[in-house]
Amino acid sequence: MKEFTQLFRKIDETTKTNEKVEALVQYLNAASPEDKLWTIAIFCGRNPKKITKTNELKRWAAEAASIPYWLFDETYHVVGDLSETISSILPDGCSTAVLSLAETIKEFEAALAIKEEDKQAFITAKWKTMSKHERFVYNKLTSGSFRMGVSQQLLIKALAKHTGLHANQLAHRLTGKWDPHEVTYNDLLFVENSADEASRPYPFYLAYALDMPPEELGEIHNWQIEYKWDGIRVQLIKRNGTLFLWSRGEELITDKFPELHLLASHLPEGTVIDGELVPMGADQVKPFHELQTRIGRKNISKSVMQKVPVAIIAYDLLEINHTDQRNEPLENRRALLEELVQNVQQSVLLLSSLIEAAHWQELASIREHSRLNGSEGVMLKHKSSAYGVGRKKGEWWKWKTDPMSIDAVMIYAQSGHGRRAGLYTDYTFAVWDAEQKLVPFAKAYSGLTDKEIEAVDNWVKKHTIEKFGPVRSVVPELVFEIGFEGINYSPRHKSGIAVRFPRVLRWRKDKQAAEADTLEQLKSLIQSP
Amino acid sequence: MALIEFTESGMYCPQADVFIDPWRAVNKALITHGHSDHARYGSAAYFTHHQNVPIIKRRLGNIEVTGFNYDESILINGVAFSFHPAGHVVGSSQIRVEHKGEVWVASGDYKTEADGVCQPFEPVKCHTFITESTFGLPVFNWNSQQEVMEEINQWWQSNADNGKASVIFAYSLGKAQRILCNINHRIGPVYVHGAVADMNEACAIAGVQLPPYQKVVAAIAKEDYKTALIIAPASANNPTWMKKFEPCSTAVASGWMALRGARRWQAADKGFVLSDHADWPSLNRAVQETGAEQIIATHGYTQAFANWLTEKGYNGRVVQTGFTGEQMKQEEEVQSI
Repeated sequence: MKEFTQLFRKIDETTKTNEKVEALVQYLNAASPEDKLWTIAIFCGRNPKKITKTNELKRWAAEAASIPYWLFDETYHVVGDLSETISSILPDGCSTAVLSLAETIKEFEAALAIKEEDKQAFITAKWKTMSKHERFVYNKLTSGSFRMGVSQQLLIKALAKHTGLHANQLAHRLTGKWDPHEVTYNDLLFVENSADEASRPYPFYLAYALDMPPEELGEIHNWQIEYKWDGIRVQLIKRNGTLFLWSRGEELITDKFPELHLLASHLPEGTVIDGELVPMGADQVKPFHELQTRIGRKNISKSVMQKVPVAIIAYDLLEINHTDQRNEPLENRRALLEELVQNVQQSVLLLSSLIEAAHWQELASIREHSRLNGSEGVMLKHKSSAYGVGRKKGEWWKWKTDPMSIDAVMIYAQSGHGRRAGLYTDYTFAVWDAEQKLVPFAKAYSGLTDKEIEAVDNWVKKHTIEKFGPVRSVVPELVFEIGFEGINYSPRHKSGIAVRFPRVLRWRKDKQAAEADTLEQLKSLIQSP
Repeated sequence: MALIEFTESGMYCPQADVFIDPWRAVNKALITHGHSDHARYGSAAYFTHHQNVPIIKRRLGNIEVTGFNYDESILINGVAFSFHPAGHVVGSSQIRVEHKGEVWVASGDYKTEADGVCQPFEPVKCHTFITESTFGLPVFNWNSQQEVMEEINQWWQSNADNGKASVIFAYSLGKAQRILCNINHRIGPVYVHGAVADMNEACAIAGVQLPPYQKVVAAIAKEDYKTALIIAPASANNPTWMKKFEPCSTAVASGWMALRGARRWQAADKGFVLSDHADWPSLNRAVQETGAEQIIATHGYTQAFANWLTEKGYNGRVVQTGFTGEQMKQEEEVQSI
């Protein structure tokens, strides 16, 4: 645990990728196979479960620190991070914890099964054997959602250095279904296992947002251009006579979409297709939020399938006849994909259609109207590009439509978490309704510069009307332009609408609150299906 | 009987017709210490500890100021005032007010750990204690100064080994001298920003012995900074001023560095948890040692601290004042230079 804590601190204290990789390699070189396995698992988001509800944990910590609950809560609002609050509120005792990372997790998972009333004693005792930093990492590990500030790509880089294995091979091994409880470090990285291999997807290749004029990409005819659909990015695999459907979040979601199962008998053995799972209307892709009603469900009933039919729009072919095609030029992969989809001839497997544009100018206008067919822009892929690993710059670009936007008034501010603890950075925005009242419709935080955040923070502190815990209502004066990707009716919201990915585009210092937009204007952005 | 009222101009003793750390211009101002939220410009006459005299003269210019010793009693209209060590910065005081057997103490800012530079904090018995609570939440628990200085030395040494200058940002009055006096000078030369040099000179006039240091001036060769520690206020963290130290590592010394969020938010490579304010345990101990029944919190996490004290049986109150304490962004201090 000590070594892992040190590793976390080193990674936490630097923003330089090289230093992070170096710290990881050093750690891996010295760690036991069990610790290495768990380290990989944690970096890949396979954390142990939570031991209890957050509120219980807060109560235990307050009791351990001999302070009233309200004071703990007040402190938590200032710190903004529960693990940190707990670790700093208890005395920085000497570390007497001698267990390794793997042993610590084993012990913790055993404690998940003990009686509820014994859990408090267990956790409190653990806290007292740790230094402040160890306690912080322990809390993070056991709170069910540890983020290390390290991407999987960075982990793979370090693992490649440590093992001598090739990065692509490692990425493939770490993708898909594996469980640190059931596999050893050695088996995970070095042993082929046919049953797991069969289901294993390839690492997804992702595109960056286009950050330059498209003319700089050169000749348009060198690029394959498609619509960018807003669904679930998936890999559809058929191996050993079985169909597997993976989401980009590396979740196996085959069971959630029974209507796709017939593809098992139509796809040839050893096939992997990259595509987008989308909700389909009669002749057009429907908005993403329709899919959301299906994602959360345990049982997929007939009526749900009828209400929200789905299909896969195929983008790319990664494997055919058990042969990895990823290093073939995209042009060749596309030809094979077209042939395959035509042979399958099923309405649940569609081909992503190509956009023909004579020049960039023409494409720009197609892109502007791409929202009309339910897409969110266009994808540009170089015709000679391989199917890479992770997010890379250069050969694949997404060129989304400009977000919809509206001018709204800030009415609540909440202090931020993590990097922005202590600053008011999360804002709630409202627009005017027919009775000239402000109706909240979105919460957003990103998009302002550090300087602006400071200025708004200052303003919030001076223009507070009321405080409720970490939230303050403020004088409705500041106007911001809020951008979002999608909008739809939503009976669950006060405003009657819900927006997707809202964010602050800019601070409209030139506008008064009265000049902000209305709910009517907001609703007019909803496209009739 | 209230010996101190909170008015629009600041803390006011009506029986004596004097103010303590007023934030508007008044006739008579008793000053706890030289930071700009406590010592402000414009009053007709200032009274403070004698070590603070050269400091506020530097900051406020040509003012009429009288200096006193610690424990020395000053009688104004039958009210007895005296200055007592607050351990915050050089020349800092708590101010004791006594009238007809009633005793109030205004703490100004304070820390209870001896820092080797200024006179250490001494608890003063009173009925009412007006306290700061800049870090008045249980999450603030400082490590000892020795431990923090050891961390700074290690950082400095490792930078020096790699041929990098070490630039540390700290308040020019207080933490700058504290770092200067407690680091290991064998690691390399120490340079200071002009604002720090200014305060160092004032401290020297006040009789404080400081180890050797040099002021950063244009004539110094880039080479000379390679193994150096440079002490500067946070406002100096701009590309123009920093250019001459490249390659360098930067650090912030502040109590706020106890929060991971604040640490990551800083535009610096490293954060050291170092404050001239009392942490949570010290605030509690300080309150207890005064023996006071009424505690008035003036700045910082006042409401939480006052509620906590009330639960513990004190009469805890909050008063809004113009004091700011240690700020996450250390701009306040620099304006006055």
